[in-house]
Amino acid sequence: MAFTEEQLVRYSRHIILSEVGGKGQKKIRQAKVLVVGAGGLGAPISLYLAAAGIGTIGLIDGDAVDLTNLQRQIIHHTADIGRPKVLSAQEKIKDLNPDVEVIPYQKLLDAENAIEIFNDYEYVIDGTDNFPTKFLINDASYFAKKPLIHGGILRFDGQLFTIIPDESACYRCVFPKLPPQGVVPSCQEAGVLGALAGLIGTLQATEVLKLILGVGNPLTNRILTYHALQTLFREIAIKKNPSCPLCGLDPTIKTLEMEVQEVCDFDPLETAHKDH
Amino acid sequence: MIKVRIPTPLRTLTEGQGEVDLEGKSIAALIDTLESTYPGMKERLCDEQGALRRFVNIYINEEDIRFHQGLETPVEEGDEVSIIPAIAGG
Repeated sequence: MAFTEEQLVRYSRHIILSEVGGKGQKKIRQAKVLVVGAGGLGAPISLYLAAAGIGTIGLIDGDAVDLTNLQRQIIHHTADIGRPKVLSAQEKIKDLNPDVEVIPYQKLLDAENAIEIFNDYEYVIDGTDNFPTKFLINDASYFAKKPLIHGGILRFDGQLFTIIPDESACYRCVFPKLPPQGVVPSCQEAGVLGALAGLIGTLQATEVLKLILGVGNPLTNRILTYHALQTLFREIAIKKNPSCPLCGLDPTIKTLEMEVQEVCDFDPLETAHKDH
Repeated sequence: MIKVRIPTPLRTLTEGQGEVDLEGKSIAALIDTLESTYPGMKERLCDEQGALRRFVNIYINEEDIRFHQGLETPVEEGDEVSIIPAIAGG
């Protein structure tokens, strides 16, 4: 289907880019992207994907908008407090770009529903806020063979990388196991600079657009880290780990399971204060 | 001196410092030095058997030590060591 006159104008700043053009904009329109989490990362990811004219955006999140979210989750507004996040986000996306089809899933991702949902999309973006779900998304993307853009934020630091199943290092190649509970604090416990979520989420959206367009070098086999206090971007080389429990030569993870975080075998707070 | 970058979750041990300069010939030696200056660091990085914890990665000049000699990987003057844990916020 050809673009309407209005769409040609709407996407004109894309179409004028030789790397995009009308052909690339069509690829964007045909793309189906699943955004897991409609929070700090999910907000900029879904807004930029919507503005770009992604044809289908799936949004999964079981939470309702809370006052503490509004410092960073810019897709939700004050009047949305108490509303399901996916519905609040769907409304903003539709306001921004009625061309986009939004499929809201008002539930948490789990081992039972993940593969079935992932199968309906071509790309997955991780905007979740906890380790069990981040590992589940990694594993489900691998089993469903969907490229994944991983992202994480905490305090003033963020990290992201792209995972192409069987081709590039996965999250478990780098971090084979979940940290026990309490070892790595959450944003709720340790705080996060709101604008940092915008930056990392926007980088994730950029990376998925590159994959859709087939342009540039994907952020595979390297982790990009950003340190806001130093205004420093760093890149660390990673590679597929032959002993990866998921995608290695002799995998031990063969079915999808939500891993439970072990209880910490030492007390980080007690440790921190020892001898002080 | 070798520059060691301390990730956010471990900065409670370094009084907020994101980078520390240390002397040492290997990653293991650097971890021992870290432990003596900032007690509690070693058990955050290594398990009871002394192996690197599986949710922590250590890189020398952006190369993963797991693909070299692990904790025994030597370090030289001017090297930069990064400790990168998984982070979950979103």
